[in-house]
Amino acid sequence: MPETRPVPFRGGGFRPQTRRWVGLVVFAALIALAEWGTRTGWISNLTLPRPSDVLATFGELWESGLLFKHLGPSLSRLAVGAALGASVGISVGVLIGLFSYVRAGLVPLVAALFPIPKIALLPLFVIWFGIDEGSKYALIAFGTFTPTVVATYGAVDNVDRTLIRMGQSFGLGWWSIVRKIVLPGAMPGILSGLRVSLAIAIILLVAAEMLGAEYGIGAYILEAGSLYDLERLFAGVVILSVLGVAVSAAITQIEKRLLNWRN
Amino acid sequence: MAPRGRAHCPGRTRMELRLSKVSHAYGGTEVLRDITLTIPEGRIVCIVGPSGCGKSTLLRMMGGLERPDAGEILQVGAPPEGCLNPLTYVFQDFALLPWRTVAGNISLALEDHRLGRTRQDEIIADVLARTGLSDFAGALPRQLSGGMKQRVAIARALAVNPAVMLLDEPLSALDAQTRELLMDDLIGLWTRAPFTAVYVTHNLAEAVRLGHAIVVLSRRPGAIREVVEIDEPLETRDMSHPDLAAKQQHLWQLMRDEARAADAELAHA
Repeated sequence: MPETRPVPFRGGGFRPQTRRWVGLVVFAALIALAEWGTRTGWISNLTLPRPSDVLATFGELWESGLLFKHLGPSLSRLAVGAALGASVGISVGVLIGLFSYVRAGLVPLVAALFPIPKIALLPLFVIWFGIDEGSKYALIAFGTFTPTVVATYGAVDNVDRTLIRMGQSFGLGWWSIVRKIVLPGAMPGILSGLRVSLAIAIILLVAAEMLGAEYGIGAYILEAGSLYDLERLFAGVVILSVLGVAVSAAITQIEKRLLNWRN
Repeated sequence: MAPRGRAHCPGRTRMELRLSKVSHAYGGTEVLRDITLTIPEGRIVCIVGPSGCGKSTLLRMMGGLERPDAGEILQVGAPPEGCLNPLTYVFQDFALLPWRTVAGNISLALEDHRLGRTRQDEIIADVLARTGLSDFAGALPRQLSGGMKQRVAIARALAVNPAVMLLDEPLSALDAQTRELLMDDLIGLWTRAPFTAVYVTHNLAEAVRLGHAIVVLSRRPGAIREVVEIDEPLETRDMSHPDLAAKQQHLWQLMRDEARAADAELAHA
């Protein structure tokens, strides 16, 4: 009798699936580890603040009303700066995608601007736009602008040309083709670019507020850092993380609404 | 090919398409040579030829999506009344906007004509009914099978009431059974309301089934080798009939050597 055995299974995998609670469990485990470490003295208080102390600091911040005093200006700077940078970035990106001359003229310029650490230009922005809100808006806007442009013209380039030819074959006008075929087709790429741009905007928000701001998350973190007040420093950092998660969740919601045709 | 005398709606002004001495080259490669052809109104002209013979290029030229290097393409006569887009394509890959519903994809072709909401909805309802899609008006393309997607594309083409339909291998992306069903659909549509069409395909069975005339192109550079006419009416064509089988066999004889040579050419390139 010949040897008989089942065919071994070797398919499967390479297919990400939603595992809802894993992310939260990882967070909770890390925090629990830090709490346990600092309580037993295995981690010294100078290395890492105790998570429960950070929470207490956060509570004080909330109760004293200082939280919103810092958060308010930060959010408005983020909103104005990012809205400015993203909208100009999307417009310029679409123009680069549509017009050869704009592309030839601006792509090298954007490539030259992209790698400049925008923080290095802060003094320049202070001279141009003043020490007040203007320079902060400009820094955030400028920082969001370049990645948005690059993502947008890439997305426009990737719009299926057969759909554009189809539009032309039905006699659609230029503006109709841009509005009804190019923009919706580029939307997935634009939104995923926005995800990156807005994270950069949060980084630059803190950088901008470290220079000449009385209130703001960045000012709060800077002050805590210079006093080596690790609890307050961490409370500030946690606010930034939460802000990042909130922005990312907001984009996910927009994607769900605008891109429900995908899956 | 000379236009036939027996028009389907005598007295109505109709449009036909005339190609004279059309030639074209991409870079140094000549793809089309001296094509002279008339597409008479109310009839389906199939264009067959080996791959790379320029038949799709020729179709893109007929609809003004590409410009020939030499020769001219003329539309003779006025398009029918209520025609929104005289030369209308049906593409091989359907070319539906994935973010629009079935009805939305059809309205895309109508929106720029400012017909008014009610007229537009009437047209959409009419073409959906004619293609058996009435129940799918709100579906997104990703929810449809390939055959249904192509039906939507055909409905979109019918919505603008074209003078000439330009079909670019419309069934090539579909499986054999769906292809049969869609051929029946096309014959049904044509029988109820005859339209003028140019139908590009590499499938000889489709050509014999749907074509009133079949233009055989040679391999690159594409030139007309022969025009085969089939007089048997579309609705009574029985593919097992010896006459039709003989026509298909004859077409295959014409194509075979060209196809073999074209195949070898690609392998050497």
